[in-house]
Parts: sequence; C-alpha cells; structure tokens
Amino acid sequence: MSRIQSTFATLKSQNKKALIPYITAGDPYPELTVPLMHGLVEAGADILELGVPFSDPMADGPVIQRASERALAYHVSLTDVLNLVAEFRKTNQTTPVVLMGYANPIEAMGAERFAKLAQAAGVDGALTVDYPPEECQEFVALLKKHQLDPVFLLSPTSNTARIEAIIKSASGFIYYVSLKGVTGASHLDIADVGSKVGHIRTMTDLPIGVGFGVRDAATAKAVAAVADAVVVGSRTVQEIESSTPAEVVTKVKQLMQTLRAAIDSV
Amino acid sequence: MNKIYDMPDASGHFGTYGGRFVAETLVEALDELAAMYEKHRLDPQFLAEFAHDLKHYVGRPSPIYHAERISKHMGGAQIYLKREDLNHTGAHKVNNCIGQALLAKRMGKPRVIAETGAGQHGVATATVAARMGLECVVYMGSEDVKRQSPNVFRMKLLGATVVPVESGSKTLKDALNEAMRDWVTNVENTFYIIGTVAGPHPYPMMVRDFQAVIGIEAKQQMQEMLGRQPDVVLACVGGGSNAMGIFYPYIDVPNVRLIGVEAGGFGLETGKHAAPLTAHSPAGVLHGNRTRLMQDAGGQIIETHSISAGLDYPGVGPEHAWLQDINRAEYVAINDDEAMAAFHTLCRMEGIIPALESSHALAHAMKIAPTMSKDAVLLVNLSGRGDKDINTVAKLSGITL
Repeated sequence: MSRIQSTFATLKSQNKKALIPYITAGDPYPELTVPLMHGLVEAGADILELGVPFSDPMADGPVIQRASERALAYHVSLTDVLNLVAEFRKTNQTTPVVLMGYANPIEAMGAERFAKLAQAAGVDGALTVDYPPEECQEFVALLKKHQLDPVFLLSPTSNTARIEAIIKSASGFIYYVSLKGVTGASHLDIADVGSKVGHIRTMTDLPIGVGFGVRDAATAKAVAAVADAVVVGSRTVQEIESSTPAEVVTKVKQLMQTLRAAIDSV
Repeated sequence: MNKIYDMPDASGHFGTYGGRFVAETLVEALDELAAMYEKHRLDPQFLAEFAHDLKHYVGRPSPIYHAERISKHMGGAQIYLKREDLNHTGAHKVNNCIGQALLAKRMGKPRVIAETGAGQHGVATATVAARMGLECVVYMGSEDVKRQSPNVFRMKLLGATVVPVESGSKTLKDALNEAMRDWVTNVENTFYIIGTVAGPHPYPMMVRDFQAVIGIEAKQQMQEMLGRQPDVVLACVGGGSNAMGIFYPYIDVPNVRLIGVEAGGFGLETGKHAAPLTAHSPAGVLHGNRTRLMQDAGGQIIETHSISAGLDYPGVGPEHAWLQDINRAEYVAINDDEAMAAFHTLCRMEGIIPALESSHALAHAMKIAPTMSKDAVLLVNLSGRGDKDINTVAKLSGITL
C-alpha cells in the first residue's frame, strides 16, 4: 500500500478528513523549505503538496506566481526540490509528499530520470498541471512503474466522459478544482462543489481532495464536509509571504492548527 | 511518392510537436472551439463571410511589389514584397482576427481577449472587436507597453482595455500567461483570440488557415506577374503566423525554398536572442503546446532579446519546429543591427517604412540576393508597417522626436 493510500485509509478509520497544504519549494528561501514541511506536519497536515517553481506558472494566480519568483531568485531547480524531499524524508517516513508543477522542468530532466529520482528521494505522487491524460500516458506509466501516484485535476467544466478518462489514469487521489480560474481566486460555491464531488464519487473509489478557493476556517470546514481532503494553497503561501523569516514557521503552523481544528469539527 | 502535406493529426500534433498541454479547466473550451472550427472551416457561408470581410474591410488582396531599386543595389536576385503592411491596421494580424471574431460571434461569446507583443495583434483584435460590438481586453507586457506606445494608444482609441503585465520578463510570453489566466477564469463568456500559430490545438492550425490567404494570393499573383513561382519565400518568425500564412500554400510546391528568419538579437553567440530554431534549442512544453523553447538546463524559460517586440518570444509555433525537422523549411537568424540596416534601406530606397519584425526577413533576403543570379526571385512577406516602431528607431539612432 502506498503512503498516500495508507494515509487516507488511516484517516477514514478515524473518521477524519485530510488536510493538504501547498507550499512552493524554495519559498521564501531554500533553507526554510524542510523546516516548513516538518512544521506543517506537526501542526496537523496529512499530506504535503510541494510546488516545483516554474518561470511561467500559467494556471496560478498572483500569490503562487510570486512564490515561484522568490524561489527562482535562488535558482531552485527540480533537482533541488528532489534533494529537499530527500532531506525531509530523513526524519519523516510517513507523510506523503506530492510534487505539483508544470511539464517543462520534468521534460528537461527527462521523464524516466525524474520518476527514478523522485522515487529515490521519497516522493509519493506528481501533479503536472499542463499534462492532461491524453498527452502523458508514457509519463503516467513511468510514474506507476516507480510506485508514484499520478494525481490529476478535475474541474467544474469536466464532463462525464472526461472524468472517466482521467480516473482511468489517476491514482492516489483526485484533485477537484472547486472553481473556474487560477489558484487563489476568491469565490467558492460550496453547494456546487458538493454536487460535483458527489457525481465524481459515483464513478471512483479514489479519495477526492478539493482545492482552489479555501481561504479560512469556514471554507475549510465547508469543504471538509463534502470532500475527503482539503487542499490549501494560496492561503498558506500568503502566510509565508507576509511573515518575516524568523517567524514564518510559527505563523504557518498557527494557520494549519486553525484549519485542522475547523476540519476536525465537521 | 509525393504525399500531400496533411498536418496536424486529429489531436493537433505535428509529429512530436503541438498538442494540447493545458490545465483541465480549459479542455472543454478547447473541445468546443475545435468542434466549432471543424464545423465552419469548410462551410461555404462562413468562408464567404470571411472572404467578404478580407476584401471590403481589410482591403485584400494585398499587392506584390517588385523592389527594383533594392534588387539592383544588391546586384543579384530580384526581391519582391508581399505587402501585408498595406492591410487595414497595418499588418497581417487582422486576417486571423477577422476569422476568429467571426467564430466568437457564432459561439455567442460577447467578450474577446488577446495577448500582444508589438501591439499589432492587439490593435487588430481591438479593431475587429469594435466593428463587431464585442468587449475587448488586451494583455501586453509592461516592457512592450513602453516600447510600443503608439499601438497602446490606438487600442485605447478603439475602445479596448489594455492591461500591462508586470510578471516575469514583462514581454509577450508573460502577456500570453496572463491572457490564459483570464480565459480560464472567464471561459464561459470569453473567446481568446490567440495571435500566432502557437498555443493549444486547434489554435496553431486555425491561425495558420486564416493566415493562409497570404500564400494563396501570392501563388496566384506570382503566376500572373512572372508566369512562375519564386525560388525562395522568406518571412520573419516570432511565433510564426505570417510565415505559416505564406509558407503553408507553398509546402507542396516543389523547388520553392522556404526560409523563416528568427530574431538574432545581439547575436546567437551572446545568448541574447529569440531564435530557438536556429539555435537548436531543445523541445519542451509552454503555452499549451510542445515546441522548441529557449530554456535553461533545468527547464526554466529564459528571457529573450530582440529589437522587435513582435519577435521577442522564447518559443515558436509547433508547425515551424516540424517543418525544420522534416527539412521542408530552413531557419536562420538576423541580428538587431542587420534588421535596422534593412529597415533604413527600405525607407530610403523604396519609400516603404517596414515593421522591425518584417525588416528581419528583408535583411536576410538582402544578404542572400547578391549570391544568386539576376533572374532568381525572392518573395519577402512584408508582414507589417513600421509606424509603430518610430520611437524605437529614433532612440537607437540617437534622434529626439
């Protein structure tokens, strides 16, 4: 059983929902990434989504774009990200880490080499925003060969045929994008999310995470009521951006504790 | 053995290039657009409407002009210019905008968005949107807003909202990122008019088809003027829409060399250029398609340089990458200073002020003309006029306006 599978199984047995924060590797600077990862876990995160910085993050809003720019100012590469995960794994062998990013850094490294190195580093899954399933079947096969879960996005615009196609390629969990738009947008229609997640549930046993637009305890709680996991990206990055380096781990942990409590109150 | 050129395949691939590399939210919109385009691209009524607008609104066909004085001056091949600069709005960009706006109208989308580098595509989009009564938002890198201010003003006069983009290198690629973000957010009521032969399928094919009017006319005009086709067709390549437009109808014509001229910037050896094909940059994924990209070893897109905002782009349309791979087209680079020299020559010797983009294609024609016989024929796509570039040229020439 993969780390992602066992994490969801354990949570289910405890009747709990997963909290999945996102941070960009290397933001605000590389030495803080591993301490932030450990801090997130201590404060209640179940799975970590680690962003791979990219020069042209087309699907991201301004908050995560700036995180990428801060990391790239330190020239944080995909190789560096894998090294950070390996560093994190030295003292944490249980919390799954999913890399989230864009196709080009992976293609530059070579998909096969990436899969091999990611597995060796202790990565558990990869979500590649601009790889729809029809363009990445070889990549999906390589990930699975190296015991990595290919995580895919579903959106409000995905019709039944596409949901089917995507579920066929996906493993680990499904990431439902709660709204049309880029990361960090503000509106979230929870009734709509609930009905769409319900529809996806009739088609797969994979856990369903919901993200894009989770801004505070209230939205986190509302999402936890309908999904298996709550993904908190821009809000987490915002906390990093607005904190000084000395306080950033503490601040992010406080935010996670608040969200954890909200999710557990469902 | 002559297999008729038939690209892209059904899923939008040109060999290993092209395709559709987008976030899930855009897939449905692209499916809808592809279906709509498929339905209309051979529809006589749609094509008649398109042809009517090109004739009566754009002023097509654009003439072909024999640049006799320059040809004589170079002492070799005869240089002919396909005068896209004479189109309404001053460049080839409007051809594609008319086609896409007609589709937007049929799809019932009240709002169009566009990205622009030099501003020509932005102006063309704003123009067509004004005529059709569509809301128009144009994304433009803040660097380009500075160096192409006349076009910014034109867009505003035409009623468009111009949004300066401050992220990344603040040029065309960042404007494209921002337009994509807008589209993903407003996909229900918005049609994204991409200005070049790049982006996710069906854009590279659709933009090429709308621009192919350039090559279709040229074939007929050359036949009428000279009783034969040119030996070489040249066009500048940024994303590559004017080049695809004139190349495409010539792909199956034997013995016509196709040369795409990329922006050599300060010189390929300096790394400060925008010539991914000439520099043999590796393939990668950006802006919805796989193509050849200027990038560092880690796959980050690097900043490009060209004197010409319209060529200042790290990628290239996927079909150009394919045409280079199959050796049907050649790609070369012309540096900033060579383009500037060609710009001045055309002004002084023929009374035509060319766009700095088009000056690259002209510069290469002037380079190879002396090596060819006097009956050889070079056809240069003069893709746009240079009024928009006067500030840049004045600054570089040390002239205060």
